Amino acid sequence: MPVVLDSYVAEAERFGSSRRPADPEWLTRVRGDGLAWFQTLGFPTTHDEDWRFTSIAPIADGHFALANGSVPSLVREDLAPFEWHGEVAATLVFINGRFVAGASDVGRLPDGVRVESLAHALTASDREVVRARLTHVATADRHAFTALNTAFLSDGASIHIPDSTIVAAPIHLLFASVAGDRPVMTHPRVLIVTGANSQAAVVESYVASGPASYFTNTVTELSTGENATVHHYKIQRESLDSLHIGALYVRAARDARVFCHSISLGGALARHDTNVVLDGEGGACTLNGLYLADGARLVDNHTTIDHAKPHCGSREVYKGIIGDHARAVFNGRIIVRPDAQQTDAKQTNKALLLSEDAQINTKPQLEIFANDVKCTHGAAVGQMDEEAVFYLRARGLSEPQARHLLIRAFAGEVLNRMPLEPLRARIDDEVARRLPGGRS
Amino acid sequence: MADPLLVVDHLRVRGGGREILRGIDLSIDVGEVHAIMGPNGSGKSTLARVLAGHPDYEVIAGEVRYKGRDLLAMDPETRAREGIFMAFQYPVEIPGVNNAYFLKAGLNAVRKHRGQEEVDAMEFMALVRERMTWLDVDESLMNRAVNEGFSGGEKKRNEIFQMAVLEPTVAILDETDSGLDIDALKVVARGVNAMRSPDRAMLLVTHYQRLLNYIVPDVVHVLTDGRIVRSGGKELAFELEDKGYGWIEAEPAGTPRS
Repeated sequence: MPVVLDSYVAEAERFGSSRRPADPEWLTRVRGDGLAWFQTLGFPTTHDEDWRFTSIAPIADGHFALANGSVPSLVREDLAPFEWHGEVAATLVFINGRFVAGASDVGRLPDGVRVESLAHALTASDREVVRARLTHVATADRHAFTALNTAFLSDGASIHIPDSTIVAAPIHLLFASVAGDRPVMTHPRVLIVTGANSQAAVVESYVASGPASYFTNTVTELSTGENATVHHYKIQRESLDSLHIGALYVRAARDARVFCHSISLGGALARHDTNVVLDGEGGACTLNGLYLADGARLVDNHTTIDHAKPHCGSREVYKGIIGDHARAVFNGRIIVRPDAQQTDAKQTNKALLLSEDAQINTKPQLEIFANDVKCTHGAAVGQMDEEAVFYLRARGLSEPQARHLLIRAFAGEVLNRMPLEPLRARIDDEVARRLPGGRS
Repeated sequence: MADPLLVVDHLRVRGGGREILRGIDLSIDVGEVHAIMGPNGSGKSTLARVLAGHPDYEVIAGEVRYKGRDLLAMDPETRAREGIFMAFQYPVEIPGVNNAYFLKAGLNAVRKHRGQEEVDAMEFMALVRERMTWLDVDESLMNRAVNEGFSGGEKKRNEIFQMAVLEPTVAILDETDSGLDIDALKVVARGVNAMRSPDRAMLLVTHYQRLLNYIVPDVVHVLTDGRIVRSGGKELAFELEDKGYGWIEAEPAGTPRS
């Protein structure tokens, strides 16, 4: 066993044995499988194709303690900056990975909709759907961090939308990290199961109150019912010193429409894996990604859209703003299975480099095994259009104002595809505030 | 007598590794409309862009005084706020930037600089609607991204429309007539003529004499090979139309300044 796994394995074993008496046997088995897969897979290295440009050494070498059950006392004002602006159907708040009932509110949900802490759903006797679906879309056998998350499976959110149920307002999951006396890690898990003809929007926000060094390893699995519509938003606004690894696994049923919106603003190291399987005819997915990297930060987006069935469509637009010495990675994989005829897939990925030292490694990865498909991809990496800067200045805008406006316009192309207006406005503000102002 | 509004004095400019303007002298007073004509590559667009502050050019000698001040020392936004406006030969498409937002930001930057109150959305739209009628600009244009997907004529009209909103002291029109059909040219000329004022000077940079049928200049200059080789009244434009630029180029420059 590689030495670097030691501390994680020991922590997982300690965690597992402490939990065993209280937890159902199936859950202990799921954790055990997760740990076993983690030990088999080991942490990826830059020799692995999927991690070529992203060294996870700060995680492998780090000594992160599992955040213990005691939730640091947070007053309401601490969470105020992260509160949802606008109508919301339910809010679940997690502090260092643990559900905080007192700060949560599920009072405005339609009948039959369940939005609850995973810790509760895992042990309640009548949550057959959780037991049946957990780890089915996000299997532990391919991705070391998903295996690790599974080994520590204990809390997060469980969302169940019954058939033909419309949840009009978004469901907000707020994961806040608070610095303690030593760096902590959290492994939140989100399970979303939606019924046929249902509709819902789920927003996952990852935030920190103040600067802090910690490690978040999150896994979300979403399986939709037939002809369902789901908007999933992941808003990563972690501390700039933190390490964030996140994976979203989606299985879209026949005629389902899935929208995966991803905003990545924080983290010293942020890696997002989005894996969508279009697993029924007529399914469609839209992936909208926006990321901002500055300082010496690294943002890595790996997306996979698996067209497993015929007549499915996918639209993917990822845009990155990269400044200073920051680095970014984008890998967009599209698989079209042999019988997935009439696939219509389109991928666009653009990066705006604000400095000479900013860097991106971008790669489309198309694996097409069917012959009657439409599949296009385009990548554009460039610097700011200086002629446009001059044009704006020639009308009286200051140079910083001109550069900000152009960067926000660049980001706007992705933001404008996100239907939740309060979210758009807030992200736009945050992007504007964080902007380095470009080269001058 | 006070200094003329804009004085270009022995201006020499390099760009793209060669000397493009090789000693320009030009003096424009308030209320006047000057036209600069010249063949391709003569340097007339460079002159317009240098006056607007384009960063691609290097001034190697000479100076430009605007209201008695050193124009070349000002950055482009300061020039704009001080009342210099250039209508671009090739207006830039800026996806994602709303035309109304952009123009309001420009107008308020100018107003703030002049110590005037910024306009709010209502006042802005009232001003915009009035100026739109000068140029047959459709209101839907305000909600589109700056120049994105505009036809050639729409782009040029948008430039003059911006000028009508920003109300500059010196308006420099860089080949605003190029690429326009006669109907579009008439609309643009009507907008420009509506802007003629005793408080404003204009510099029309053009390749074609046709523009001057619609906007009649007070003074015409002929620019070839980086120098103004002849200046005269509006008749000079007609003479040029008859005889072509070859006529000027064949003759030695009239009376070069020493």
